[in-house]
Amino acid sequence: MQKMLEELERRRAAARLGGGERRIEAQHAKGKLTARERIDALLDPGSFEEYDMFVEHRSIDFGMENQKIPGDGVVTGHGTINGRLVFVFSQDFTVFGGALSGMHATKICKIMDMAMKVGAPVLGLNDSGGARIQEGVDSLAGYADVFQRNVLASGVIPQISMVMGPCAGGAVYSPAMTDFIFMVKDSSYMFVTGPDVVKTVTHETVTQEELGGALTHTQKSGVADLAFENDIEALLQLRRFVDFLPSNNREKAPVRTTLDSIDRDDFSLDTLVPENPNKPYDIKELILKVVDEGDFFELSPEWAANMVVGFGRMAGRSVGFVANQPMVLAGCLDIDSSRKAARFVRFCDAFNIPIVTFVDVPGFLPGTTQEFGGIIKHGAKLLYAYAEATVPKVTVITRKAYGGAYDVMASKHLRGDVNYAWPGAEIAVMGAKGAVEIIFRSDVGDAKKIAARTEEYREKFANPFVAANRGFIDDVIMPHGTRRRICRALATLETKKLENPWRKHGNVPL
Amino acid sequence: MAAKKKVAKNAKGALKGAKGTAAAKAPVTAPKKAPARKSAGDGPLFDKILIANRGEIACRVIRTCKRLGIKTVAVYSEVDADALHVREADEAVLIGPPPSAQSYLLIDKIVEACKQTGAQAVHPGYGFLSEKEAFQKALAEAGIKFIGPDARAIYAMGDKIESKKLAQKAGVSTVPGYLAAIPNADEAVKIAQKIGYPVMIKASAGGGGKGMRIAWNDAEAHEGFGSATNEAKASFADDRVFIEKYVEEPRHIEIQLIADGHGNCVYLWERECSIQRRHQKVIEEAPSPFLDAKTRKAMGEQAVALAKAVKYKSAGTVEFIVDKHRKFYFLEMNTRLQVEHPVTELITGLDLVELMIRVAAGEKLPFQQKDVKLEGWAVEARLYAEDPFRNFLPSTGRLVKYREPQPGPDVRVDTGVFEGGEISMFYDPMIAKLCSYGPTRNAAIDRMRRALDEFYVRGVSHNVPFLAALMAHPRFVAGNLTTNFIAEEFKGGFTAEHLPPGDPAMLAAIAAVVDRIHAHRAGAPQSERVVMLNRKPFPVSVSGGGLEYVVETEGRHIVIETGWLPGEPLVHAKVDQHDIVVQVDALGSGWRLVHEGGQADVLVLTPRQAELYALMPVKAAPDTSKFLLSPMPGLLASVAVSEGQEVKAGEALAVVEAMKMENVLRATRDGTVKTLHAKAGDSLRVDQKIIEFA
Repeated sequence: MQKMLEELERRRAAARLGGGERRIEAQHAKGKLTARERIDALLDPGSFEEYDMFVEHRSIDFGMENQKIPGDGVVTGHGTINGRLVFVFSQDFTVFGGALSGMHATKICKIMDMAMKVGAPVLGLNDSGGARIQEGVDSLAGYADVFQRNVLASGVIPQISMVMGPCAGGAVYSPAMTDFIFMVKDSSYMFVTGPDVVKTVTHETVTQEELGGALTHTQKSGVADLAFENDIEALLQLRRFVDFLPSNNREKAPVRTTLDSIDRDDFSLDTLVPENPNKPYDIKELILKVVDEGDFFELSPEWAANMVVGFGRMAGRSVGFVANQPMVLAGCLDIDSSRKAARFVRFCDAFNIPIVTFVDVPGFLPGTTQEFGGIIKHGAKLLYAYAEATVPKVTVITRKAYGGAYDVMASKHLRGDVNYAWPGAEIAVMGAKGAVEIIFRSDVGDAKKIAARTEEYREKFANPFVAANRGFIDDVIMPHGTRRRICRALATLETKKLENPWRKHGNVPL
Repeated sequence: MAAKKKVAKNAKGALKGAKGTAAAKAPVTAPKKAPARKSAGDGPLFDKILIANRGEIACRVIRTCKRLGIKTVAVYSEVDADALHVREADEAVLIGPPPSAQSYLLIDKIVEACKQTGAQAVHPGYGFLSEKEAFQKALAEAGIKFIGPDARAIYAMGDKIESKKLAQKAGVSTVPGYLAAIPNADEAVKIAQKIGYPVMIKASAGGGGKGMRIAWNDAEAHEGFGSATNEAKASFADDRVFIEKYVEEPRHIEIQLIADGHGNCVYLWERECSIQRRHQKVIEEAPSPFLDAKTRKAMGEQAVALAKAVKYKSAGTVEFIVDKHRKFYFLEMNTRLQVEHPVTELITGLDLVELMIRVAAGEKLPFQQKDVKLEGWAVEARLYAEDPFRNFLPSTGRLVKYREPQPGPDVRVDTGVFEGGEISMFYDPMIAKLCSYGPTRNAAIDRMRRALDEFYVRGVSHNVPFLAALMAHPRFVAGNLTTNFIAEEFKGGFTAEHLPPGDPAMLAAIAAVVDRIHAHRAGAPQSERVVMLNRKPFPVSVSGGGLEYVVETEGRHIVIETGWLPGEPLVHAKVDQHDIVVQVDALGSGWRLVHEGGQADVLVLTPRQAELYALMPVKAAPDTSKFLLSPMPGLLASVAVSEGQEVKAGEALAVVEAMKMENVLRATRDGTVKTLHAKAGDSLRVDQKIIEFA
């Protein structure tokens, strides 16, 4: 028996070594950790249960039959993060460059199936050179098996991709299908076709980093949600992030006890909005001051920064925040900000996370770039997402809520549950000046008349009371009491039940 | 002009003025039971006082008025509509647009505001109109009392040459020198020779270091005369200069005095204000660590002699320069309440503003020289909105977070701002005056160090790191001061190297406890952790819980008592029985700790994570030399260059508009524009890339 135990230990040791010392050193030299090291850093110590450590590929072509490494380039299993179950796969770049074989894919599929059965998140740590070319269609079939599961798991369990090395070609579509993509700066990239192909086809010269590095995707394309400095910081942040999420769509988000009082007033909010309506202010200050303990996990801070999205907690319960950011493009809605917020709202709705929306929106961004880019359909995504969402929706208008953008931003008309406005809010079709120039077109030449009319319009509409008269605003609230009012609204909505009519699925304006 | 009657504002969290020791002690001048308008038999005090100032000093005066039962009127410019002094006063009157020349310096507007509100007296604070005789006269004509000296005294002391002559006549020791205006450079050299080098050439109307030159020989005296004259003319429209002996190892020590209109004048000891940066006081203390009782008495008596010579009334300060042999020379007399008056109040238990009001109302001083106490030690530090690491560049903007140290018998805070308020570019960027008090100088310094750790300011840059470095400086602690202290000890500017060395293991222990409190809630506290403090690993073993923790690290056994809760910005802790305050800001999955002006980024890891962290590459900070970065948050008003364009050093590249000021950014060297990272109309963060050079 002892011998068998020793044999098992020997086999395990071999599997743990992955591609061998030399490749591990090479991995470290690139500033990257190995697949197993990443799992060590990610999960609670001692919690990892590994599956399929001894799986090997079945390829017999191009000499592959002589190169078998147990595990076949991916480490899979489950463990806990702060005591909560998660499933993990971690691609091993030291084994065949992390290339995906049929068996490699089968391992990933196995834990995804398990995760679906028990209702726990799947965290993928991607570090793969791509398809195992030697396997041909087996590899492609493997990808598709994963894609299919990604899609079926979407909206059922949270799926998060942490791209920690190359992720190119078809491989990108698994992360693309997941809820969030995070990347590591300087050591990860994602693209459909690499620089060489780009050069051949379009004659553009571009580096891997420029084409698909972490900064490209978190600033230019918006494909990735966050970029982190290094593997450890990325994995620590992933731990923090998972704490905000429920394990599946049947559960509510976890509650974290807090001694941060729900009645905490913050009088500095009374001076947050400047007197001058054209002067910007930082909406994140509002979020940070109302949220529990000032703990806010922002997503995509550097892409479509005119919209702020992220998670925080109110009275201990996870909440998704969506807010126009007056500091950037005056907080307007445009293609990118609409897409960003729409996707976030749909995630929250899918996973029973209440949505708190802060509105200061002057309207949609005008221009040919926006119209040619299809702002109509992209803006519609956000409208659709808010209208479709059945989770508790609490909205606070801090300043401007103009035109169609007012409707879009979780208004009462889109089944907003509790809609508040600060005393300086202006809920109108447009700004006073623009409105007067249309209504009193004939007076446009007369500056004095226009000024008087503008003042009249401002008096009449540049306040929250017209909307409050009609019940579109439930109350006009003191800025300093915003936390208390939101916490109470959310507590009231805790038992909210609302269902959309049965259908196979809606037809989102994709 | 619009006057608004103040209604009780419900901004209870924001309504704070100066608080602390002085308020806690019973002022000797006010009978405890009757803080009413009438005092022991003397003439009536005022019903209503207008404060012709803003900021902390306006709040300071209002505070005493409230205690005395006197109604207050604030004046304010458009940009100050929400300022603390406006909120604190009973009434407020708008007097004009933001620039002081169009508001706080307009005598007519203020006289009108008095008439409109029925204010019977005006307290001018310091600066603005406080030493303008014309203001005093205008008020007198309108029948309004000026809470300060007579116009005559202001005039007599306002001119450096005149005041020096008066001082000599009154038997006050003055710096050897030639007081008449000097006609030309040759004459200047002759005079300098007679006085003996080194000499100082100074503008008659000068102040703030303008029009001042030191000469060590004839050539320098010749040249210095010319440049001082020009600078004086440009700065003060008055080119008269004079010459005096240059005092070596000079200390700035001033005597506070108070005089009534009945011939009584007492001195309230001294303040030492030698810690100055570019002739602006940074730290003041009372008493001076340098004076002996004999010198103190001699200085005080001479100050009183001078005050009596000009029939001085109200609070005033006689400034002396003191050399290394404790020889003192008269510099000038300030005919107003000084910024640093709180340190005098702390050691004497007096309320100078109250005394000024009583004297202005015609009362006699209620005490004599022999009654004046000198108890304990007080230190004041001036908190400014400026970035000490960027050559003290002023900083303006919103005070996103502003938490003062808890005032008490040993801490006093005088401020005119509040959380959510604005530091405006139009006025002095002082955030607050922080005073500490203790039985000894060392006790006061220790308390100041902790109070600086408790001062939590975010949103604007501030000089707390610099103040912390000063307080911990061995030479400062030794009391070995001169007015050149800062210039000598911080040659080449202030950097992180000047910060106190600190105790990283103690900070690591604090981080371990912070992490433990978080982990406890997540349900999985582990005792073996590694704190990465600025990437340096500190293996720690943590035990305990509730309110007391024990951290073993580097062979030390650190006991930490704290009731800190997640989200609180300050960790108040007893570390091995010592009170410690550490500021803690969330930073991703770690924290940024701020202590004694320094900061440390910490991650608290499992031993395995720490082992792996050692494999993480140290990334060089991005090379910013190839970029034009925004020096401040603002709006990119325009970009003067295009991609591919060659630029020469000094060429204008872009204009950043911040707080209505246009800041032209110029090329520091020749180069070619590679990429424009921002376009006109963009909002910029500080250090945001605007232009990248090839």
